[in-house]
Amino acid sequence: MRLITVAGPPSSGKTAIICKTAEALQADGVSVGVIKFDCLSSGDQVLYERRGIPARTGLSGNLCPDHFYVSNIEECLDWGLQSNFDLLISESAGLCNRCAPHIKDVCAVCVIDNLSGVETPRKIGPMLKMADIVVITKGDIVSQAEREVFVHRIRQVNSSAVIIHVNGLTGQGGHELGRLLRDAAAVDSLQGKLLRFSMPAALCSYCLGQRRIGADFQMGNVKKMELG
Amino acid sequence: MESTYADMTLDQLFGEHPHAREFFSALGLSSLPEGQTLGRTVAALDEELLLDVGIERQDLLGQFCDYMAGIERLRNQQQALVSSVTVLGGRDKSGNPENFRLELRPGEVTCIVGPTGSGKSRFLADIEWLAQGDSPTGRTVLINGAAPDLARRYAVEQKLVAQLSQNMNFVMDLSAEEFIRLHAESRMVADPAAITATILELANSLAGEQFTPVTPVTALSGGQSRALMIADVACLSSSPIVLIDEIENAGIDRKRALSLLADQDKIVLMSTHDPILALMGQQRLIFKNGGVSSIRSTSPAERANLTLFEEMDARLTAVRHALRNGEEIAGEF
Repeated sequence: MRLITVAGPPSSGKTAIICKTAEALQADGVSVGVIKFDCLSSGDQVLYERRGIPARTGLSGNLCPDHFYVSNIEECLDWGLQSNFDLLISESAGLCNRCAPHIKDVCAVCVIDNLSGVETPRKIGPMLKMADIVVITKGDIVSQAEREVFVHRIRQVNSSAVIIHVNGLTGQGGHELGRLLRDAAAVDSLQGKLLRFSMPAALCSYCLGQRRIGADFQMGNVKKMELG
Repeated sequence: MESTYADMTLDQLFGEHPHAREFFSALGLSSLPEGQTLGRTVAALDEELLLDVGIERQDLLGQFCDYMAGIERLRNQQQALVSSVTVLGGRDKSGNPENFRLELRPGEVTCIVGPTGSGKSRFLADIEWLAQGDSPTGRTVLINGAAPDLARRYAVEQKLVAQLSQNMNFVMDLSAEEFIRLHAESRMVADPAAITATILELANSLAGEQFTPVTPVTALSGGQSRALMIADVACLSSSPIVLIDEIENAGIDRKRALSLLADQDKIVLMSTHDPILALMGQQRLIFKNGGVSSIRSTSPAERANLTLFEEMDARLTAVRHALRNGEEIAGEF
């Protein structure tokens, strides 16, 4: 089975892209399953299942979403293997832009949208910089010039990724993305595999439920701003 | 190559390759000391800083070299001249063969007509994908009469089709001049200031109402935006094909807009049901049931009608103008 990690900022169009691509793949006889990682609630499982795409949801709730993801992905892979999918897609948001779910030797996709502005590629960390495929969405509503500048800005932070435009509403480009995903490497086990980059360190008093503000209550991994 | 860059000091590097600086600032490494060689600077980078920006030390030089190679390619890109795009028919939604061979050449305008869902978008997707009988329609696309290099499918910098549609807006918070200049710089053109001035002048010659270089792009009227987008695509986009989804009737000289694109040797494909635009093309493709059902060249009789429609259009424009000026719409128009 092939495994794909899809990540991208909230509302960039990840679910729409996966739906369109999975439909294109299924039309070609490739069976696809989806694992959706979210924080508080998600109705996307229904969206997937309505299209005949088997899906499972993981809600991180009170935990750091990407740490939650990495603690669960192995079991998710097992679910995919047992379900005999040809392709399993994990979808997660990379909420702080510094987290990335991407794993070495596992096909990594980053979804970002043209509406988020040309500075956005610089604001996203390993999730974009270390992706194998960058999918750009919402290109149909900005000018050609902005699309070209946006691509250039992505190139500046990721010189080797395949960059592809997909329209989440019409599905244009979904077939083409599907072709790329079909060529992803097969993965039978994640045991011992490495994340492409470390996740942000977070072990301070606030991780453990502290709510009070003030130096006396800050312990562990605390970093201070320089305000000049 | 990697060692050449690694042995240069940063001020040498940035002096000889101004774009190199952008690589580091894009990564969040903007205030590097410039006296040391790149190799030493990278070796001395603080581990904490690397963790913060999210890059591994050992990958940094390699990525930089990839980036520089990409810039070099872009700069030297003798955009392999596209002298023709040929589309060989596949089949419609019912599996009936299309039986056509269509040649598209630079400077020609081809219109695309047919109801929603008739297969217009798929046709354009086939061209972008350089279909080789492997898309749902089974069509084949040839460039300069031969099967294209399929590596081009995923080479975003060599995209065949640039798009212009009514739904498009500017979202950047920049003046018209800053905006075009930014685009010119990202395209690595030799003289960004000169091409920016040309584009603004052309856009103003297309737009009904003038705008200045300092007008924010988000404050342009519909017609002005479209004019600027058309002038920009004509002069700066590297794509040999321009796909237009209608051009609104107000605030822009549509005939000049099309001839501007044609003069820049673009292959123009225009999806339209506007009688004037449709007849301005040299030919039109008629879509039904997911396939091209026929191809029609604009006949002399149609051209005569075009002249008639343009006169009607001019009259309506005069009425619109009079309405705007608060005149009574009576008498001859």
